Amino acid sequence: MFGFSLRPRKTAPKSAQTARDRLQILLAHERSSGSGPDCLPELQRDILAAIKRHMKIDTDAVDIRMDRGDELSSLEINIEFPASQPAR
Amino acid sequence: MTSQMKQEPPVQSKVIVITSGKGGVGKTTSAAAISAGLAQRGYKTVVIDFDVGLRNLDMIMGCERRVVFDFINVIQGDARLKQALIKDKRLENLSILPTSQTRDKDALTKEGVEKVLNELREEFDYIVCDSPAGIERGAQLAMYFADEAVVVTNPEVSSVRDSDRVLGLLSSKTARAENADAEPIKAQALLTRYDNQRIASGEMMTVDDVLEILAVPLLGVIPESTAILRASNTGTPVVLDEPSNASAAYADAVSRLIGEQVEMRMESDRRPSLFQRLFGRTA
Ligand SMILES: Nc1ncnc2c1ncn2[C@@H]1O[C@H](COP(=O)(O)OP(=O)(O)O)[C@@H](O)[C@H]1O
Ligand SMILES: [Mg+2]
Repeated sequence: MFGFSLRPRKTAPKSAQTARDRLQILLAHERSSGSGPDCLPELQRDILAAIKRHMKIDTDAVDIRMDRGDELSSLEINIEFPASQPAR
Repeated sequence: MTSQMKQEPPVQSKVIVITSGKGGVGKTTSAAAISAGLAQRGYKTVVIDFDVGLRNLDMIMGCERRVVFDFINVIQGDARLKQALIKDKRLENLSILPTSQTRDKDALTKEGVEKVLNELREEFDYIVCDSPAGIERGAQLAMYFADEAVVVTNPEVSSVRDSDRVLGLLSSKTARAENADAEPIKAQALLTRYDNQRIASGEMMTVDDVLEILAVPLLGVIPESTAILRASNTGTPVVLDEPSNASAAYADAVSRLIGEQVEMRMESDRRPSLFQRLFGRTA
């Protein structure tokens, strides 16, 4: 038989697969109701308020980072305060 | 990892708007490539997404998973600028300020934008603003405080016409235009999606045709290239991806942007067709 396929059929190009994976993760997060538009600013305010009840910190000393994954996402909150701070 | 050469930073920080009027011409692609190119050369650079409601720059830059706060949160006082800036993982000189996916253009205010830009000027050499399409509020705010403009144009009638409108706005509705003592915005055209074959066949206008109509200097010519799609798939500004003619063309444009003299080259990323290869024709 004569075939038209002279080379083995190419598998899906790698970068397209990456694009698909990235979109799936991102869109899953954007669609989920739990992470509404202002969920993070509100969360930050609440966390700050809670911490401020116990120690004196500067709003600038709070660093919030996020990494969205397909199985797990992580929210990392770093708060800097003077080493020898007495509890209130 | 890309090597970083240290160069003398510009004396004053510069705000550069990447604008076009028409959508889909390559503004975001160009904003990502130009900001990465500037950072590669050692300049502290931040790229801001002004396309409120249609966040895309974060995907093109590959930092979409790390967005916590955005430009609008900063303008409205819900977050500090420092918290909203995302540091690029490949280039330490590069930061991204993403926009909101959920608000609308009205969330941007002139005062808010000015305040954020002034704060960024203290830290960065270059502030690259990725404009939304159109000529309304969002696009006007993206250009309002600019020192320089890169007008992204495709060699196609509606794109050139819209670029002409945008050049008009740059010279009338911006801070520099309204201040009689200020130098006007330095505007340059960046021709993208340039297709040598279609230009050779007379289907598309040439660089000279476009420049003659727009009457602005040429910053560069970016060929239509599959390297752009691959780079956007993986979230890599094209200048940081595998070498291609599109990436080299962006690197040249960046050189010109910082004032270097670089000869214009126009190499396509398209492989010649079988027919052209057999008969040795180059389009
Ligand atoms: N030089 C190019 N070659 C091929 N495709 C391109 C090129 N420049 C941009 N594109 C594609 O065109 C589309 C629109 O580009 P984008 O940068 O998002 O435009 P804009 O921000 O002006 O709307 C995207 O799919 C992008 O991958
Ligand atoms: Mg865009």
